[in-house]
Amino acid sequence: MSAVFVWVETFDGQLNPSSREALAAGKTLADAWGVPVTALVFGANANAIAQEAGQYGAQNAVVSDDATLSDFRLEPYAALLTKLVQEHQPNAVIAVATSRGRELLASSAADLDAGLIAEAIDLSVDGDGVQATKAAYAGKLVSKLALKTGTKFITIRGRAFKPLDANAGASVTITTVAAALSEDQIPTRIESTELQVGKVNLGDAAIIVSGGRGMANNPKAAPADGGDASIWKAKDGFENMLSPLANVLGGAVGASRAAVDAGFIPYEHQVGQTGKVVNPDLYIAAGISGAIQHQAGMRGSKLIVAINKDADAPIFKMARYGVIEDIYTFLPALTAELKKRLGK
Amino acid sequence: MHIVTFTRSTPDTAAKVEVKADGAVSWGDVATVVNPWDEYSLEETLVQAKNTSGKSTVIAIGTDMHNESLKFALAMGVENAARVQADGMEMTDSLAWATLAAAAVKKVGDVDLVIFGKESIDVSSDAHIYQTARKLGWTMLSYVSKILAIDPVAKTIKVEKVVEQGKQIITAQLPAVVSVMKGINEPRYPSFIGIRKASKAVIPVWTPADLGTALPGQTVQLVSYSNLPPREVKTEIIDGASPEEKAAKLVDKLLEEKVL
Repeated sequence: MSAVFVWVETFDGQLNPSSREALAAGKTLADAWGVPVTALVFGANANAIAQEAGQYGAQNAVVSDDATLSDFRLEPYAALLTKLVQEHQPNAVIAVATSRGRELLASSAADLDAGLIAEAIDLSVDGDGVQATKAAYAGKLVSKLALKTGTKFITIRGRAFKPLDANAGASVTITTVAAALSEDQIPTRIESTELQVGKVNLGDAAIIVSGGRGMANNPKAAPADGGDASIWKAKDGFENMLSPLANVLGGAVGASRAAVDAGFIPYEHQVGQTGKVVNPDLYIAAGISGAIQHQAGMRGSKLIVAINKDADAPIFKMARYGVIEDIYTFLPALTAELKKRLGK
Repeated sequence: MHIVTFTRSTPDTAAKVEVKADGAVSWGDVATVVNPWDEYSLEETLVQAKNTSGKSTVIAIGTDMHNESLKFALAMGVENAARVQADGMEMTDSLAWATLAAAAVKKVGDVDLVIFGKESIDVSSDAHIYQTARKLGWTMLSYVSKILAIDPVAKTIKVEKVVEQGKQIITAQLPAVVSVMKGINEPRYPSFIGIRKASKAVIPVWTPADLGTALPGQTVQLVSYSNLPPREVKTEIIDGASPEEKAAKLVDKLLEEKVL
């Protein structure tokens, strides 16, 4: 027991910025136990990324830039993580609960029969153990869980922990290791990757602007050959009214389940119980009534603004600021005002 | 090809879930439903079993509360169901759950594919899925948005999966564990005949001993459930003579709050 491991996620030879949150959470535990933070960096450009991890809390780094690790694949990554944990017996392994972080830590914990807590929003040290708080029942409750012995595997929810300020003078001691699997031992092949360029990911977004069923009340006339008129109107609203507002704010576009199920916008934008759980600094709910399923996905937001023409919409009870207006009247005015005030 | 899928009963998505004074979780007398993500995995199981002229089995792990979701799966058209009764196991201990799940798949026998819904809403986690794959020693394909091809003879699978940065096409060897996203299909409703047939089904119950395994030592302790702290929020309605005036006032507030 001599370190806290933090898996530093990379993509395309770059550090995934949310990994700084894992380094900060790891450092809090490491300081309490009086042990160093060791960053684990796998993939292309690992040495440079390890140096960057050093600026955000890691004292040591274990890197491997073997070609089999250049793109994330679960099997070679988990095999190497499991091997490193067996060799070093760290107190804990921490990562952000991104799609990759979740499956990587869960897999390695299973290999080692070690305890795992997924998507922690708060951590505290209890002797050699850790207690963590996480959402339960789709965000309607919280549960407190404890890991007592052995290496403790913990993923943290994105944006739940604050990264440390960069320390440009910090140095990091790097050890290079070989991959644990050779290419012919890996059962998966990535045939192609289609990147979504320029879109802000809901999970990382500091600001989210979401539209609901009210998006169908677009006063524009739908073209006769445009198919279902309310779908056309809502799609036009997401594209030409909500997206420009999100762009001015540097935010992401979200949607309620009602809007997704009605075919207004693809599923990856859904916020709520069967969509994404988000916790931005600012959440603007436009034409969303605020069903309990939606609340479960956004109630962790720091500040909520609700815009709805129905003064009785339940969303107003959660909002710090409410505007009782038709969204198609109000949002263009808001976008224009923000452009002016933010100098864009 | 034989496909196994797992499901659970969870409180209806509209239910108010709360922790009572004695610490127990309660959702009143609201009915349970099949875990919302599992509607898609059940449908995909039926689609892929049909495409490969294969068989389908649905399994739940836990108390008889989960018979409801098993019967829903049977009513949709899954051929066989079984429940693993594991006294003293909390699903918050994903490793214990996965150990039993892997043993149950092995008991079924000739299985090439296990399909899960993206996560289980009661524990709000997907860790048990990845750990089941690991305990089986099978390939894991997560966040799958399309199953593009399965070759039951060559034992290969091709899928589209969603990651934060976009989409990937992956080919892999079977046997595999797949977790599927909402939107992969349009789940069917159980038919009237299906519901009638399922209501009469007797679901076999397996114990860990029947699976030739024992519950592993607990690695995660459930300390407590608690209600969410109330959102201490005083709502301020922004007034003004025109939308423009309200917009200006709202931006003032947002700048004051330092969220822009």
